[in-house]
Amino acid sequence: MSTFSHSTFNSQLKKYYTFYTGGFLAFLVALAIAEQMGMSRQWIGYCFLFATIGLYAGIGIMSRTSDVSEYYVAGRRVPAFFNGMATGADWMSAASFIGLAGTLFLSGFDGLAFVMGWTGGYCLVALFLAPYLRKFGQFTIPDFLGARYGGNIIRTIGIIAAITCSFVYVVAQIYGVGLITSRFTGLEFGIGVFVGLGGILVCSMLGGMKAVTWTQVAQYIILIIAYMTPVVWLGLKHTGIPVPQFAYGVTLQKVGELEKKINSDPKELEVRKIFKDRADAANAALKDPAKAYADGKVTAEKRVTDLKTANASADQIAAAEKAMAAYPKDEAAAKGQWNKEKGLAARAGPVRAHADPYPGKDEAARYTAKLNFLGIVFCMMFGTAALPHILMRYYTTPSVQQARVSVFWSLFFIFLLYFTAPCLAVLAKYDMFTNLVGSQFATLPAWAAAWAKVDPSLLNITDFNKDGIVQWAEVVIGGDLIVLATPEIAGLPYVVSGLVAAGGLAAALSTADGLLLTIANALSHDLYYKMIDPSASTTKRVTISKVLLIVVAIVAAYVTSLKPGDILFLVGAAFSLAASAFFPPLVLGVFWKRANKWGAITGMIAGLSVCVYYMMRTYPFFTNMGVPKMDLWFGLNPISAGVFGLPIGLLTIVVVSLLTKAPDKETQELVEHVRYPHLRGDNVVSEAA
Amino acid sequence: MELSQRHHEYWRKNLVITAILLSIWFLVTFVEGWYARELNSISFLGFPLGFYMSAQGSLVIYVVIIGVYAKYMAKLDKEYDVAEGDLG
Repeated sequence: MSTFSHSTFNSQLKKYYTFYTGGFLAFLVALAIAEQMGMSRQWIGYCFLFATIGLYAGIGIMSRTSDVSEYYVAGRRVPAFFNGMATGADWMSAASFIGLAGTLFLSGFDGLAFVMGWTGGYCLVALFLAPYLRKFGQFTIPDFLGARYGGNIIRTIGIIAAITCSFVYVVAQIYGVGLITSRFTGLEFGIGVFVGLGGILVCSMLGGMKAVTWTQVAQYIILIIAYMTPVVWLGLKHTGIPVPQFAYGVTLQKVGELEKKINSDPKELEVRKIFKDRADAANAALKDPAKAYADGKVTAEKRVTDLKTANASADQIAAAEKAMAAYPKDEAAAKGQWNKEKGLAARAGPVRAHADPYPGKDEAARYTAKLNFLGIVFCMMFGTAALPHILMRYYTTPSVQQARVSVFWSLFFIFLLYFTAPCLAVLAKYDMFTNLVGSQFATLPAWAAAWAKVDPSLLNITDFNKDGIVQWAEVVIGGDLIVLATPEIAGLPYVVSGLVAAGGLAAALSTADGLLLTIANALSHDLYYKMIDPSASTTKRVTISKVLLIVVAIVAAYVTSLKPGDILFLVGAAFSLAASAFFPPLVLGVFWKRANKWGAITGMIAGLSVCVYYMMRTYPFFTNMGVPKMDLWFGLNPISAGVFGLPIGLLTIVVVSLLTKAPDKETQELVEHVRYPHLRGDNVVSEAA
Repeated sequence: MELSQRHHEYWRKNLVITAILLSIWFLVTFVEGWYARELNSISFLGFPLGFYMSAQGSLVIYVVIIGVYAKYMAKLDKEYDVAEGDLG
């Protein structure tokens, strides 16, 4: 393609998306006016849901294609800047958009492991993978493994690994879609899942990578506007400048002072003492549950009779009777209650300092906390540089140099959100310390009253010491609250809450799009076309891919509807698995000519096995199912299993490659071919048209 | 095809820049993380330095690392005549 058409294409895109952004802002203003005129909250929710999904579907329909190159790699003409935006949306999932700020709010410094891990991984993508994969220029990651190491065994392992980690990840995204749609429109969770799924399918099915790319750009614009708007407002409120990212150091200091104040406040200590006493009582009761149950029952009954004989007031008697009626029916029920009470011990401790790294009761605990922090950083970074749905995006740029520049834009656009999240967490904490703590229960801030009523799992405030005033120890916050409630905390109209929901939806949908496409392509391109029927016509290949996309989407939605346990662990597991399986063979494939087929095969299997083995033996979900439990290695949690899987995979490739025959001349020439953006006289042709 | 001396030199330079940038990446990620507690006693722009680096500083350096690599390699491609045709 000539220079001229590329630059016209680029400037045309810029024009389209500028108009689009303007249009979206106009839509926001119109809705804000409608809200002032009395439009109901539910209708605002519907407007956002249907307008944005309709928009994504529209882009999908306009970009429909059945051309192989357009379908798999968007015709390889996505300019670096736009590929960066698309990667940003592809990358940032519901967990980043809604969950991250909450994690930072709850765990302070230690949550920053995700911020560093999910950004720093792009350095590895840029230095080790993106330009070389682009020069190789086929369609999928198993393509590269198959061509570099030769044979179907390695391709098959690649397919299995790609599908496993993408599938685990896509379930978490569809879950996010269902959650957001049901929360903001009142639709049922299941219906929410299918509305969202419809949006995903129209888009990716009709136009494959081409449609997904252009919707992802649109989704990025919505999600970044949605994330920034409330933060800017909250920043103005507390720091006085609209870019609080640069100035929240002062707020962080104030938070530190307030934490000290809370830790020495007599009322706070009183509440924490109540928790400790109740937990102690529950522990004592659990030692001899039968006796404690009988005693408790007698005490409750005795209190009622005592009050009656003493002619106590009707109110007092009624309260005692209520307590008696609420007494657990049998010992098992009582045990359940005590086990819950036992958990209150966790709330009896002092507040942890937000900026303090690796807290712990002694030096050993702090050391383990540090190792776990670095372990998560390690797995998230190497996982980033190994997740197929991200690496695939670098096949879509017009040239090797554009791929390099594209990683820069990717990280830049991702960075915008990730360096804002820690700031949002601090601002929200400061706001709660100053406006919520110390307020009267009768006159809670409006947002707190509203959220506590809507969803007790996100916000629960109970007056334990009955003084009518909110103590910090009496507040329980679910992480997701921070992003969802920020617009209201900042005192913004409901339209902004709708906008935030639309942003979360865009984040979840865009990631799900990319992942579903990866899975469907692994099956249709790698499995069917490359291994089963290499003579299949291009139309047949694309059609099969489209059909598979629907099947995979339905299976994923079905698994999601079963609501499988801990989503955050699943996401973490996907990163550890990807890091252990893909990183070593991909990087050695480019940087070490001597790496051969058997090295790669055994290395991938070894890396994956170690990773899976460690998770199975240490993660409660498996050990509770009967897998024998073992002690943690170096105290590292199962989410960081990649710390062991990756080095072992790498080592195995090196050792086995050296013990077996060097790869043939053709393979060595392929390696040389991908190392240079352009070689004169090079007769290796790897790029697929 | 046989690679020329120039080609080998290009690849060597690529490895050198990769190694340099990777060391910086390692420094601001793992060394910084290891000493976060100690760094926090230093104040920077009103932040404790350990917190600042993990929340912002290292992130900015990551963006710069990738930017520098893209710029440097574009120059190197032209210098060693391995650049692609101008594809925008």
